[in-house]
Amino acid sequence: MSATSAPLASASLAVEVRNASLIYNPDAAPVHALANIDLAVQPGEFVSLIGPSGCGKTTLLRVIADLEHITSGSVLVNGVSPHEARLARAYGYVFQAPALFPWRTVLGNVMLPLQIQDKTAAQCKSIALEQLARVGLTGFEGKYPWQLSGGMQQRVSIARALSFEPRILMMDEPFGALDEITRDRLNEQLQQLWHRERRTVVFVTHSIAEAVYLSTRIVVMSPRPGRIVRVIDSTLPDERHLGLRDSPEFVAVAHAVREALADGHHD
Amino acid sequence: MATTTSAPSLGVSARLTQQVLPIGAILLTVLVLWYLLAVYLNAPGAIERVLAPQGAWSWTDLLRETMAMQRPVLPAPHEVALDLWSSITGWPLNSPRNLLYHVAVTGHSTLVGFAMGTVLGLVLSVCIVHSRTLDRALLPWIVASQSVPVLAIAPIVLVILGSFGLAGVAPKAVIAMYLCFFPVTVAMVQGLRSPQVIETEMLHTYAASRWQALWMLRLPAALPFLFPALRVGIAAGLVGAMVAELPTGAQAGLGARLLTGSYYGQTVQIWSALVMSAVLGLTLTAAVAGIERLVMRNRGQA
Repeated sequence: MSATSAPLASASLAVEVRNASLIYNPDAAPVHALANIDLAVQPGEFVSLIGPSGCGKTTLLRVIADLEHITSGSVLVNGVSPHEARLARAYGYVFQAPALFPWRTVLGNVMLPLQIQDKTAAQCKSIALEQLARVGLTGFEGKYPWQLSGGMQQRVSIARALSFEPRILMMDEPFGALDEITRDRLNEQLQQLWHRERRTVVFVTHSIAEAVYLSTRIVVMSPRPGRIVRVIDSTLPDERHLGLRDSPEFVAVAHAVREALADGHHD
Repeated sequence: MATTTSAPSLGVSARLTQQVLPIGAILLTVLVLWYLLAVYLNAPGAIERVLAPQGAWSWTDLLRETMAMQRPVLPAPHEVALDLWSSITGWPLNSPRNLLYHVAVTGHSTLVGFAMGTVLGLVLSVCIVHSRTLDRALLPWIVASQSVPVLAIAPIVLVILGSFGLAGVAPKAVIAMYLCFFPVTVAMVQGLRSPQVIETEMLHTYAASRWQALWMLRLPAALPFLFPALRVGIAAGLVGAMVAELPTGAQAGLGARLLTGSYYGQTVQIWSALVMSAVLGLTLTAAVAGIERLVMRNRGQA
């Protein structure tokens, strides 16, 4: 793996990326998907990666989740390599699509990671029911995925990712395929969930409003090569509601993000 | 076979026009053609052997005689039906004169061979999907195996297994298996590979083992591919079992029944055995389809 020779990092960091690069097809026509990325995420932070398509935001998240491997540099998750972190079940990952199994009920889908971890049937069931309650889906446990709306399906997939209480939640444009009204509601619920539990979240999005509303820190990225152009600390309070989006503070942060995106575009 | 009980839920008249009517119309046409063909094919024999020696004969005599011959070229449907009926009701179930006895013999080897073929197909497909080497090494041989005619394989299998002292069901089941495993293997290789990247990656992030991925994702995802293969497989297995009954001079089974019928020119007996094997094939396929509906009842349109 890639992160073996990393210097001893402060083990308290949730995610630490140092000088990481990922080059596809290095011999013939190299594509710099990620170039010299440095990023440190503290436990309990909500960090969004934002940028135009091709900027490497999803690739960076996939590198942290051990779904792709960097060609140079180092990545640590909870102080260990992404591979070890994955085997230690350090994170839950929510994909763009809900990826629910159509042959399993809602409850069965949430139980999946627990069954993989060889929990007893009774444990799986009680935990899964609890998780469904957390995302407001009590009463739907017996339904099949195709009987649910897109927003509900994605909530099931969030409940599934959180079922084994991972310390980190990684989300790759989880609400990208949903309509704006549903997306707003899910953003609100996700924000409340984060505020309640202070779990570390790394969130990929291409929506400025979503990034500003949810994040404590916004990482703005730019393509060709995929790199970080600016990191913006949010000045918004931790407890948020949707009405906040009209406040001058919110507008100021959103403006800063937009400027950074424009800067990245012009370099 | 012709009668279809109408479900009360779907409006009897709608069901009648949509389902029973087309099937009934075809059946009627086939029956009429069958009778015409029977008269046409049996007429020369009837004239030569029965009517001509008697002297003058009319068309009604000809019609009657073509329907009541000892060894007709083509027996009329009602003759076959009567023969079937008398064979089933006229003898005890364990008598070789009862067709159901032969159905049981052939059905037994078909089911054993089908079970063996399904297991073999599942094992092969799991191996092929999990190993690139086996994929390259096995698949060409599996495909090639099916280009060898089963009629050529059957006597060899019977001789070899016979030298091990295996007779009766075992060699017949092996030949049925030989035809069964192929559709199952091919469909399952495709089915086990059907999960999407996102589903595989999702299990990857949960650090699922290969076996867990097989059990929780690949196998359930492959079920829609498996059942059509099982329907084909069980029908092919029946063919295999019957073919295996031919070269042995087997005493029992629908294949043996067909063979003795053709030895002695008992066309009615051949037709009875033929109809019976068709009924057996339909029953077996319907049973698999029933299991499929039961297992897949909760799958949505997803």
